[in-house]
Amino acid sequence: MAAGWAIVVAALLLLPSTASRVAFVLAGMAVEVLGLVLAVRSHRVLNVDRG
Amino acid sequence: MGLPVPSLSQTSAALCFLLILLVPLAVAGLALVNAGLGRSRSAAHVMLASLCVFGVAATVFVAIGFSWQGCAGRSAHLMTIGGKTWNWIAAEPFFLRGLPLDLSAESLIVLLQVFSVGLAAVIPLSAGSDRWRLGASCASSALLAGWTYPLFAHWVWGGGWLSQLGANSGLGKGLVDGGGASTIQAVGGLTALSVTWVLGPRRGKFSPAGIPAGIPGHSPVLALAGCLMAWAGWLGLNSAGAILFAGTNPSSVVLTVLNTTLCATAAGLTAAVVTRVRFGRPDASLSANGWMAGLVASSAAAAFLKPAIAILVGIVAGGLVLSAIDLLESRLAIDDPGGAISVHAVAGIWGLVAGSLFSVGGPDGQWLAQLAGITTLLGFVLPLTYGLNWLLDKVYRQRVDEEGEVQGMDLYELGAGAYPEFVVHSDEFMQR
Repeated sequence: MAAGWAIVVAALLLLPSTASRVAFVLAGMAVEVLGLVLAVRSHRVLNVDRG
Repeated sequence: MGLPVPSLSQTSAALCFLLILLVPLAVAGLALVNAGLGRSRSAAHVMLASLCVFGVAATVFVAIGFSWQGCAGRSAHLMTIGGKTWNWIAAEPFFLRGLPLDLSAESLIVLLQVFSVGLAAVIPLSAGSDRWRLGASCASSALLAGWTYPLFAHWVWGGGWLSQLGANSGLGKGLVDGGGASTIQAVGGLTALSVTWVLGPRRGKFSPAGIPAGIPGHSPVLALAGCLMAWAGWLGLNSAGAILFAGTNPSSVVLTVLNTTLCATAAGLTAAVVTRVRFGRPDASLSANGWMAGLVASSAAAAFLKPAIAILVGIVAGGLVLSAIDLLESRLAIDDPGGAISVHAVAGIWGLVAGSLFSVGGPDGQWLAQLAGITTLLGFVLPLTYGLNWLLDKVYRQRVDEEGEVQGMDLYELGAGAYPEFVVHSDEFMQR
C-alpha cells in the first residue's frame, strides 16, 4: 500500500503532463488495492482462527 | 500554498464560534451510537471510554499535535521537488505557544481542531467495543492525536502538499474537504479498521467455518437518539469547516446546513427502505448507520452541492454503508460491532469522490486532487495507524483478558454494570 502511495506522490510531484500523471496515479492505486486485498485476506484467516 | 486562512469580520467570527460550539454534540451523538450498538454489559465502558479518549486526544493535540498540523500560511518545513516548494509538516511551538487565542481565524481553527481530533478519536471505540481495554484505547488515541491526525490534517487543512496540488500542479483547487470527510472521518474509520485487525473479533463472533454470529446492539433507542444529536453537531462541523477550510462565504451556511440535513435524511431513509425490502421490517440499527453515513458523506462538499445532488449523495451513502457492513462481516471476517469502518471510512471516501464528481468541479484536475487524497488515506494513513497500533499492542496488550470478555467490560474494568437492575443474559448468540 505504501509503495502504491509512493508511486502516486512521485507522479503528482514530478510528472509534467496530465496524461502521464493520470496513468501513474491509476497504477499506484492498483498497487494500493493489491496491498489492501493481501492485508484483508491475511487478517481474515487470523480472525476466523481467533473468533 | 493552499487556501489561506480566511480573514473574518467580527460578525463572521462570532458566527463561526457559535457553529463550533455545536461540534461537541457530534461527539456526544457518536458516543451514544457506539454505546447503543454495543452490548449492554459494556455500555458504561463505552461512554466512559468516549470521555477519556476525547480528553486524551484533546490534551495530546494541544500539547504536541498542533505543532505538526499548524495553519496555512504559518511556519512550516518546506521541501523543493521538481522546482516547486512543497509544505510537508508544520513547525509550530508546543502547547499553542505564540498563537493568538482570541476570535481570530487561527484561534477558531485551533478550537475546531481540538473538537475534531476528539471526534476522530471516538470513532474507533465502536470497532473495539466489548474487548478494547480502557487504557489501551486512551494510548491509541494519544498516537492518533499526536501523529496520524495532525500529519494528514496538515496536508489537507494546514497548507500542506495535498492542498498545494492546485497551485503547484494545476489540479483544481487542491484537495477540498470542508467538513473533514477525509481528515476526521476516514482517518477515524481507518484507525477503526486497524484496531479491529489488532484486537481480533469478539469471542464467539465467527464459527470455525468463518460464519458470523449475529450479536445485536443492546439499545436502538440510544443509537437513534445519538443520530439526532450528531446531526446538530454535524451542522456546526460542516458549516464552520466550510468557512475556515474551504474558503466559502459565511452566507453559504444556509446551503451547508440544508445539504447536510438532506444527505443524512436521504441516507437514513435509504437504509430503512432497503432493510424493509430485504428483511420485511426496517432495521433500526442499520438505519442509524445509514443516517450517520449520510452525515459523514456530506462533510466533504456540503457547502458546494446543489440540494438535489445532496439527496443523491445521501442515497448512495445509505446503500453503500449497508453493502460495506455486509461485506466486512460476512465475507472478510471483520468484527466491527458499530459499523465504524463502513460508516466513517467508506462513506468518508465516498464523500470525497462525490465532492469531485458533483460539486467542487470547476477547474481541470480537481478529481485527480481528490483521488490523491484517497490514495494517501489508503497508502499512508492506514499503514501508519496500523503500524502504530500494532507496536502499541506489543508493548501494552490492547485486548482484554478472556475473563473480561465473559464478564463484560463494565464489570471487569469498572466494577459495576450500566444497568444493575437488569438481568444479564448469557451468550445465547454463540454457535456451539
